[in-house]
Amino acid sequence: MNLTTSEISYPQTEMEDNTVLWLPACHKNDVPLNGGVCVKYENEQIALFHFSRRGEWYATQNLCPHKHQMALSRGIIGTQNDEPKVACPFHKKTFSLIDGRCMNQDEDCNIRTFPVKLENDFVYIGFINNHKGNIM
Amino acid sequence: MKIVIIGNGMVGYKFCEKLLKKAKQDQFELTVFGEEPRPAYDRVHLTDYFSGKSAADLYLAPSDWYRENNIQLHLADPIKSIDRKNQIVYSHKGIKSSYDYLVIATGSSPFIPDIPGIEKKGVFMYRTIEDLELMKDFAKKAKNGAVIGGGLLGLEAAKAMIDLGIAHTQVIEFAPRLMPRQIDDVGSKILQSKLETIGLKIQTNKNTQEIIGDDCIQGLIFSDNSQIDVDMLVISAGIKPRDELAKQAGLEIGLRGGIVVNKNLQTSDARIFAIGECALYNNMIYGLVAPGYEMADVVVSYLTNGNKIFNGYDMSTKLKLIGIDVASFGDPFIQSTDCCSLVYEDTLKGIYKKINITADGKYLLGGILIGEAETYNMLLQTTKNKLVLPKNPEDILLGTGRSEPGAGPGVSGLPDEALICSCESVTKKDICHSVIQGCETIDAIKQCTKAGTGCGGCIPMVKDLMLHEMKTQGKYIRNVICEHFNYSRQELYDLIKLKNLKSFDEVLDVLGKGDGCELCKPPVASILASLWNEMILKKGNDTAQDSNDRYLANIQKGGTYSVVPRIPGGEITPDKLIVIGEIAKKYNLYTKITGGQRIDMFGAHLNDLPEIWKELIEAGFESGHAYGKALRTVKSCVGSTWCRFGLHDSVSFAIEIEERYRGLRSPHKLKGGVSGCIRECAEAQSKDFGIIATEKGWNLFICGNGGSKPQHALLLATDIDNETCIKYLDRFLMFYIKTADPLTRTATWLNKMEGGIDYLRNVIINDSLGINQQLEQEMSELIKSYKCEWKEVVESPELRKRFSHFVNAPSEKDPTVLFENLREQKKAANWKY
Repeated sequence: MNLTTSEISYPQTEMEDNTVLWLPACHKNDVPLNGGVCVKYENEQIALFHFSRRGEWYATQNLCPHKHQMALSRGIIGTQNDEPKVACPFHKKTFSLIDGRCMNQDEDCNIRTFPVKLENDFVYIGFINNHKGNIM
Repeated sequence: MKIVIIGNGMVGYKFCEKLLKKAKQDQFELTVFGEEPRPAYDRVHLTDYFSGKSAADLYLAPSDWYRENNIQLHLADPIKSIDRKNQIVYSHKGIKSSYDYLVIATGSSPFIPDIPGIEKKGVFMYRTIEDLELMKDFAKKAKNGAVIGGGLLGLEAAKAMIDLGIAHTQVIEFAPRLMPRQIDDVGSKILQSKLETIGLKIQTNKNTQEIIGDDCIQGLIFSDNSQIDVDMLVISAGIKPRDELAKQAGLEIGLRGGIVVNKNLQTSDARIFAIGECALYNNMIYGLVAPGYEMADVVVSYLTNGNKIFNGYDMSTKLKLIGIDVASFGDPFIQSTDCCSLVYEDTLKGIYKKINITADGKYLLGGILIGEAETYNMLLQTTKNKLVLPKNPEDILLGTGRSEPGAGPGVSGLPDEALICSCESVTKKDICHSVIQGCETIDAIKQCTKAGTGCGGCIPMVKDLMLHEMKTQGKYIRNVICEHFNYSRQELYDLIKLKNLKSFDEVLDVLGKGDGCELCKPPVASILASLWNEMILKKGNDTAQDSNDRYLANIQKGGTYSVVPRIPGGEITPDKLIVIGEIAKKYNLYTKITGGQRIDMFGAHLNDLPEIWKELIEAGFESGHAYGKALRTVKSCVGSTWCRFGLHDSVSFAIEIEERYRGLRSPHKLKGGVSGCIRECAEAQSKDFGIIATEKGWNLFICGNGGSKPQHALLLATDIDNETCIKYLDRFLMFYIKTADPLTRTATWLNKMEGGIDYLRNVIINDSLGINQQLEQEMSELIKSYKCEWKEVVESPELRKRFSHFVNAPSEKDPTVLFENLREQKKAANWKY
């Protein structure tokens, strides 16, 4: 049987790890292999990617800064010269999953990235400085 | 070693040039005597002198060239006599010059027929720049021109007279046809009618008896007692070898003139050679420049201890006569029981083509081309190199039609030794080698190999070879997909099939490197779908799909999706219309009729898609694949069921075809149309395939599209029945799917195809590649394995799970989606930027 995330009981309080606040996002099987999902965090949207070919997890803002579309989680992930990236489904702008840099030579168009960790098959997204809101 | 050359015409010059190239410096001492006041010039393009070129433009080399190469050049100083015993020549001006070897390249003079009155004013020869200058002055007062001789040079002369502004010019030929050595009677008639349309009058079977007039020419009288008014006459009745000097020196001369030579071009005196039009080899005078150059080459080879010999020469020729292509190659007149001729004649356009082939249809022996001679080089090479003809030799007769410039299918088949430029004896190997060395323009190749610097007829083929070689060298950027795959789409298609790969990861592991990207994932996913027709969201292929395919809907502004159920042929029942209306109302969707005769519902949240489709499928709809690079719609007009003009039932046929190919994944979207009559209300000719009813069946058009570069579809077959039409479509679509680059519509695919529509027609209809059975088989597998993707999603909880916006709040919709009102419906809010 497939568990949906709503059926998983969340820890009641957000866990603290040094200055990083770890948001429990979902079970690792909720994220498609080599693809992404969108995680809701209060009024914000985070794109979470499982780059299973590389055994890596990434998280970025879900908003594509190009036309302000909530779409990056639905984008295709891949690499360019071995650097992991995501391509927005709207106009194929690509962003580095490492530092959020727009890889189409567009300086003003970078995105935020977040640390990700796995504990007991559960995925956590980290927010630095214990700063819950205004992550964009 | 002292070498004296008598004659500074094209062949004499070429001898010097070739010798300098082969020999070490100071090995030879060259002395040239020329009769004309000018250094050697290009006699072949003499007519250009009238169209504005100066004498200097026609020079083969500037006069410095002789000095720079230590050649003693004596112009306007013909040799008076040869002292063979002491090996000395004496010039007209009294120069005495000794030789070790003597080369006679005195050429020919016009043959002057013995006609009374030939000495009158206004009668000209057509041979030298002086002749032309005399003509130029005289032509100002002339009104009625005539040329005696309807051969190659005679027709050139007639053109010259037209260029000089003589209003009425006629050509008088003794033989029953024009160019009797090159073309046959039918060809001559076509050529004649073409020449007549540009104002040139042609009279064949005319034997000129007398040139009349007092001091100046006034007319011609023929043996049949007819008479014409002429105030300017050019004689071009053939050539006469200039053998007087050789004769006087006691060298052997042919019965009808010409200095007899052996395979080394030696005359009866082994120290004296004769080359060009003055030489008689095997009882034949070679009156063209190319064999003269070849002779020069043979003598150079002899003098530099080579072993080249002269074996006669192919007299194939192609020229443009007053804008009309005329070509003759191999044996144009062959008449024998073990060969046959194929003839194409179009009297309307003035095109005549004849090829002679062996009785078994395997080899080309020769032929004639008039009015259109683009295929000349290829045909000549096919003849010379004894290349095996295609199954249907008429294909080479009719040419490849609308083909793209570039390497024709032919050049790669030529052997390395194939002589491409016969004027300069340049082989395919020489040209390809020069390309490898870095010559990537025609000019560079000309400089490096001299190919194309003679008559220039080989230049199109040199270009083909250049492009071909550059391609072989990988000089054109190969159409590889991205950094992860070093293959083109077609290569990937074949390899994935061969290795039986079913998922993107497998393909990447076996055929690629790295981790893939947005450039390679969708095409590979598309190939997998085209090959195996499996559910595209399974086997981990979901995340390799382009966004629209991944969610089986079209992403729209704001991040919502649009939904397009299939409405085959644009036919829909009132009940189904009501279902669409109700669903659109229920999910608050904007509705619009599409260009492909269906209904599009916009503004659906990702979360709602499975439910919307569940209801659509329950009402009998299925996926319309509007989101995929796949068959979209087959548009139809209402056809014979209602329309008073309709010939056939276009709606039924459109539905049949749309249902046959529904779900077919392809390199780009595919659209079709079926019209019930010539009025073409379905606009089928702007589709990837268009079918138009005729009295007798259907006309099938392919490779059209609308879009940013509209292109009309091209006719593939006429008056075919339903089964044939479907058979051709199966082959066409499968061939396209297998060979096109990613995101290439059929029109672009065809535009890039060598040989164009004729080639494609040959593949689809004549099975020229022998793959049709396979294509039909593959298509039938795809048709058999079709399933509605949305039905599979609706029925699979695992697949449905992906249709939510928030992974951690599956029932919540994206709160950032905003709509605005417009004409009682909604629209997406504008981009925020």
